[in-house]
Amino acid sequence: MTEELNRLFKTDINVVSELNERFGNQVILYNQSTKDDTVTIWIDKNNLIPVLSYLKSEMILPFNLLYDLTAIDERTRKNCNDQPASDFTVVYHLTSFDRNEDIRLKVALNTNNLHIPSATSVWESANWYEREVFDMFGIIFDGHPRLTRILMPKSWDGHPLRKDHYARATEQDPFVLTELMRDTEDTELTFKPEDYGLETSADDSDFMFLNVGPQHPGTHGLLRLVLQLHGEDIVNIIPDIGFHHRGAEKMGERQTWHTFIPYTDRIDYLGGVMNNLAYLLSVEKLAGITVPDRANVIRIMMSELFRISSHLVWLGTFAQDMGQMSPVFYAFNDRERIFDIVGAITGGRMHPSWFRIGGVAHDLPDGWEKLVQNFVDYFPKRLKEFENSIIKNRIFKARTVGIGVYTTAEAIDWGITGSGLRATGYDWDYRKKRPYSGFENFEFDIPLGKNGDCYDRALVRMEEMRQSLRIVQQCINNMPAGEYKSDHPLAIPPRKDKTMVDIETLINHFVGVSWGPVIPAGEAMVPIEAAKGSNGYYLISDGSSQSYRSRIRTPSFPHMQMLPLISKGYTIPDLLAILGAMDFVLADLDR
Amino acid sequence: MKFVFIILGVLLIPLSIAAGLIWVERRLLSVWQDRLGPNRVGPFGLFQVIADTIKLFFKEDWVPPFSDRPVFVMAPGILMITILLTFSVIPFGPGFLVFDSNIGILFFLGNSSLGVYSIVLGGWASNNKYSLIGAMRASAQMLTYEVFMGLSLMGVVMMADSFSFNSIVLAQKHGWFIFPQFVGFIVFFIAGLAETHRLPFDIPEAEGELGAGYHSEYSGMKFGMFFVGEYLGITLISAIMATLFFGGWLGPAFLPPVFWFLFKTMVLICVFILLRASLPRPRYDQLMEFGWKILLPLALLNLLITGAVLIFFK
Repeated sequence: MTEELNRLFKTDINVVSELNERFGNQVILYNQSTKDDTVTIWIDKNNLIPVLSYLKSEMILPFNLLYDLTAIDERTRKNCNDQPASDFTVVYHLTSFDRNEDIRLKVALNTNNLHIPSATSVWESANWYEREVFDMFGIIFDGHPRLTRILMPKSWDGHPLRKDHYARATEQDPFVLTELMRDTEDTELTFKPEDYGLETSADDSDFMFLNVGPQHPGTHGLLRLVLQLHGEDIVNIIPDIGFHHRGAEKMGERQTWHTFIPYTDRIDYLGGVMNNLAYLLSVEKLAGITVPDRANVIRIMMSELFRISSHLVWLGTFAQDMGQMSPVFYAFNDRERIFDIVGAITGGRMHPSWFRIGGVAHDLPDGWEKLVQNFVDYFPKRLKEFENSIIKNRIFKARTVGIGVYTTAEAIDWGITGSGLRATGYDWDYRKKRPYSGFENFEFDIPLGKNGDCYDRALVRMEEMRQSLRIVQQCINNMPAGEYKSDHPLAIPPRKDKTMVDIETLINHFVGVSWGPVIPAGEAMVPIEAAKGSNGYYLISDGSSQSYRSRIRTPSFPHMQMLPLISKGYTIPDLLAILGAMDFVLADLDR
Repeated sequence: MKFVFIILGVLLIPLSIAAGLIWVERRLLSVWQDRLGPNRVGPFGLFQVIADTIKLFFKEDWVPPFSDRPVFVMAPGILMITILLTFSVIPFGPGFLVFDSNIGILFFLGNSSLGVYSIVLGGWASNNKYSLIGAMRASAQMLTYEVFMGLSLMGVVMMADSFSFNSIVLAQKHGWFIFPQFVGFIVFFIAGLAETHRLPFDIPEAEGELGAGYHSEYSGMKFGMFFVGEYLGITLISAIMATLFFGGWLGPAFLPPVFWFLFKTMVLICVFILLRASLPRPRYDQLMEFGWKILLPLALLNLLITGAVLIFFK
């Protein structure tokens, strides 16, 4: 039904004309063309909220997912003469599942007046995104319920992603921690319930406020959750994030396009080369590089192996959160087998940084088929064992069935993607719906859940491992011959064989190796289906050897934002189940 | 003189088993989990226990300034004392027991109820929210499981016509009580797990949720006492199960009775460790529900049927 409607609408109506029809021709100030062909329109900030709510709920086949919300400091940007004058641009990236289409809304702001209405009235999930933009750019969202810093410490001076903020600590005087500063920082960490509008007592008793984290075995990293407890029942949760913030986006602006690749590995540090892929797809879109088939299949094979390895870590730690002690060792042993393959092919393990602009770093080594085939033959048996010892265990079921439930509508409203969305029964997988790197040539199924609880999330991920194995098997059977890297002049590192015979190639080689590739000006983002949800790099080039803005949209960020909603009314042990089933990585959350 | 040897034996055997268990458990777990475990110190890593003990002794004896000092110091001691006292009524062999109490089982039940004070007081005195939650969970868990722990043993008592451990062993000359009292055994085994807070019933210290639960603030030898206390508890419950359901020191004559008693105890201890390696942890309300709704009626039913059968055959 929706597919048909979709086709119907695609032919004669597009979102631009719908907006014009609804709001008049003046609403769209400028229709920008981008390299990824996403509709990108500039609107006035006074029209923002009506347009957003129209796009979200009033129109037919709405854009109901707030995929990303970020900003750009445009003040030093070159090669963008045709776009409206703006010092800071706030970008709203919306996705319509029904249309299978994205739209990007941009609002120009002037330095004298960095105020913009908050979108939290339309999407509650805009809350954290707006706090991040405030934190990083100092843009004030009017009407936001609690506009405070989110990633940086409260005492931070300045807004890091502004172009006039330093990128390296060495650009500053040596840091000295005075006693006064230490005391201030300490006091700031004290939790004051009044700041969050939380009651300290109910009719019959006082609430207990319990700090879970930053150091806690259940949070899988540096994450602080302040629990408001009534007995052991959770009344509310205030997540405090940012302990793992490393400024990856800022680094993206100072590394060359090529040297940023290793940083991407460390965003979702369990996803390995899958992060490279998300980044490189956007770079290649900007540069207009077509990747050879062999490189594509190699990329898919490695990404799917990493999906299995990421899911294995999730499975082991989830079981451990449920008090089951042994599975984590079995899962890590099997993950080690994957790393043996990864090591043989790439030379790295967790962070191989092995994909390159235009392809991959090397060709596959001799005998790779046997290595991978051995794993593909071995693993289904182990999956069966995992299923029997964990998934079918009655205590495990009792701990996860009916816990942390959310519906499809809630999931979309809060920006949930990946297995968390599919566990509610909604069929959306970027590999199927927007095939990249040649996923359209592979046969695999998308497992769906029904109830959207922790147990279904586990079931979906278990089945995903099986499907990934299927994909890997197809890669072994049908690995195309040919080049492993594109001949495009911007593919880095450039191939050297022709440099000594052809002056043009020599020049490209020289420039590519000494400066790094100069990517043509433009904007692009290609969302991919990463292990934890949808990952996308919104890259802006102003025609230099570095990115002008690297926005990293990670799945863990919106997923964690939803935590208070899905944990209220449950108990502390349930919180562990919910966190475990969410499958987040702190580095992916804080970047 | 003989009496001194018996007392020393009853004191030292459980203590060395408990200490040795630290190594046994770590090695067994690692075998089941496809890894090596401690194998560096001494042959097969056997001296790991000594290394650990030395480490614990030389750690700073730290009492947190915000704690309730006397109670904080006392709590781990209570655990050790109540468990070690109970060993005095358990026969390690014919005549190898400290005193043959005619209310041995009641003495054991009483002591194990006292043991919970150690945890509740330790958690309370730590003045730490995690410890407090752990202590509250422990007391709820104990209340539930004490009830049918006692009830589950009454079948054995009826069949042996005595509360004395020694008489119960002798009553099993013609057959272990595990067979007629299988239900009682299962209920007692589960209650014993809960009593010793072993996985899947380690809810008071659930490390994934509460850090270390009631002993979060403990370190050095005070922590060591909780730690060894847990192993002593396992040894105790296993010894009691061996005595009440598996004929205690009874066994073929080619080996001394003490061997049979210790052998049965060790096998049961290994079952405890195997359970830890394999099961997840239920939520505490599920644990309570399981106790009150399933185990308690089961224990009562067992009591009823045992009584009826005994009266019928008399």
